Amino acid sequence: MYVAVKGGEAAIANAHRLLADRRRGDRSVPALRVDQIVEQLALGIDRVMAEGSLYDRELAALAVVQSRGDLIEAIFLVRAYRTTLPRFGYTRPIDTAAMQVERRVSATYKDLPGGQLLGPTFDYTHRLLDPQLAGDPEVVEPEQREADGQRMTRVSEILAHEGLIEADGELPEDHLTGDITREPLEFPLARDSRLQALSRGDEGFLLALGYSTQRGYGRSHPFVGEVRIGEVELELDVPELPFPITLGRIRVTECQMVNQFKGSAKAPPQFTRGYGLVFGQSERKAMAMSLCDRALRAGELGEDVTAPAQDEEFVISHSDNVQATGFVEHLKLPHYVDFQAELDLVRRMRSEHEKRNQTNETERREAAE
Amino acid sequence: MKMDRRQEREMEAQRKVAMAALAMAPGDELKRLCAAAGVIDEAELLRGPETGLVSVRGRIGGGGAPFNFGEATVTRATVRLPSGEIGHAYALGRDKQKARLSAIADALWQNPERRADIEDKIIAPLRAAQAQADATSRAETAATKVDFFTMVRGED
Repeated sequence: MYVAVKGGEAAIANAHRLLADRRRGDRSVPALRVDQIVEQLALGIDRVMAEGSLYDRELAALAVVQSRGDLIEAIFLVRAYRTTLPRFGYTRPIDTAAMQVERRVSATYKDLPGGQLLGPTFDYTHRLLDPQLAGDPEVVEPEQREADGQRMTRVSEILAHEGLIEADGELPEDHLTGDITREPLEFPLARDSRLQALSRGDEGFLLALGYSTQRGYGRSHPFVGEVRIGEVELELDVPELPFPITLGRIRVTECQMVNQFKGSAKAPPQFTRGYGLVFGQSERKAMAMSLCDRALRAGELGEDVTAPAQDEEFVISHSDNVQATGFVEHLKLPHYVDFQAELDLVRRMRSEHEKRNQTNETERREAAE
Repeated sequence: MKMDRRQEREMEAQRKVAMAALAMAPGDELKRLCAAAGVIDEAELLRGPETGLVSVRGRIGGGGAPFNFGEATVTRATVRLPSGEIGHAYALGRDKQKARLSAIADALWQNPERRADIEDKIIAPLRAAQAQADATSRAETAATKVDFFTMVRGED
C-alpha cells in the first residue's frame, strides 16, 4: 500500500522567511554589498567560480551572500544558474605562456627565465592573526619595480630540450574534445574529460587524495615544476566575424607537476607530468588537481593501480561536491515509508531471532538433563 | 586585387583590436566615453543583448590537446545603424548596456567617416587605460621577484 502524505506548506514558507531573516542578521549592521565581497573575499569567490564551474565574480559573490557564506551551497546556486543559460560556443584554448603573470614560482629551477615572482602570496607569512584588521587600517600601496619584459617560458619547455620529460598531453588526432556537461560520464575517461571533472572537483576531496599520494598511497615523487597565476585572454570564433573575437580576460591558476618516473614496460625512465588548471587564484586546488591527474594516469603509464587516488571511477565519481552533497543531504528528507518498511522487517527478524534462541535454549537444557 | 585582400586583412586586424578594447572596458567607463564622444543610440537591435555561456578551454600540460575546464558568462548584441552598418559585440559578464554600446561603437567604427572619431575618443582611451593597468600590475609583480645571492664561505 502506498499512502501519499501532504502538508508542511506553511511550515516551509515560514522556514524560508526565517532563513531570509537570519541571513540578513542584525539590521543595525550594514548589509554586505556584492562589490565588497568581490574585492575583499576574492579567494572565496574564486573557489565558488572554480567549483561552480562558472566564471562570473558578481554572480559568485551574490551566491555567497545568499548562502550565508556556505560555499558548497553557493556552488550549488551557481551550478543551477548556469543551466538556465544558452551556450554560445567553445572558446579557443587559452595560452598560459602568454599570461599576464601575477605570481610564478618553480620549485625545480632557481634561475628560470622570468624568475621567481612571489606575487600576493600567503607563503612566508607567520600565520599570526592581525587584530588591527578588525578596524580599517590604512594599507600602503604595493612597491613597484621595473619589469624586465622577459618571456616567461613554461618550465616544461626547459626540460623538454633534453628529452627527459614527456611532452604536453596529446590525444589522438580524431579525438573529439569531451564535455562532461553534455555527455554522461563513462569510464574509463579520456584525459581531457578527466581534467574537466577535476577542475570543478571539490578542493578538499582532491587535496586529501593528493596528500594520500604523498604519504605513500600511489606515490608519484612530485615536484612543482611551476605554479603560475594571472590573466589570460579568451577568444571565441563566431560565424558573423572573420576573426576570433576577444571576450576579455579571466584569472586562472596553472600547476605543472613534474614527477620522477623509473620507467615501465610502457614508458622509459623520464619525468612524467600532472596538470592543474583552475579558475581564479586557487593554488592549492591547482596543485591537488595536478597530483590527482598524475595519479590517475597510472594505467596509461603501466603502473600498478593500488591506491584510491589512482582509481579513476572512485575519484571522479566522488569529486563533485554538488552531487555529493545532494546525495548525502537527501538523507534528511522524509523517508517515513521506507523507514516503516525497515521497521517491520527488523521487528520480524528480531522475533524470529528470539524464537530461535528460545528453541536453542530448550534443546540445550533437554540435552543437559 | 592582391592589395585589396591585404588591406582587408589589415582592416580586420584593426577591428579585432578595437572590439577587444570594447570587450575589456569597464561598463561605466565605456558609457562615459560614449556619451563624451556624442554617440547617439539610434541603432536598431538585431539580436540581444542576451547573456549566455561559453565553455572555456585550456590545453593539457599547457600546450597539448584541448580540454574544457569551466564556463563563463558572456553577453552579446548585434545592432544596425540607420546608415546600414551592422555592429557586433561579445564580452565576458552580464552587462547588457555595455554590449549594446559596444555593438554601436563597432558599427560606427565601420563607417570610414566615423572611424577616426571612435578610435580617438573611445578605443584609444580604453587601450591606454588597460595598458596602464597592465604596466602597474607587472611592476607590482616585478617588485616581488626573488633576487638570489650566494654566501661565499671559506678561503678558496
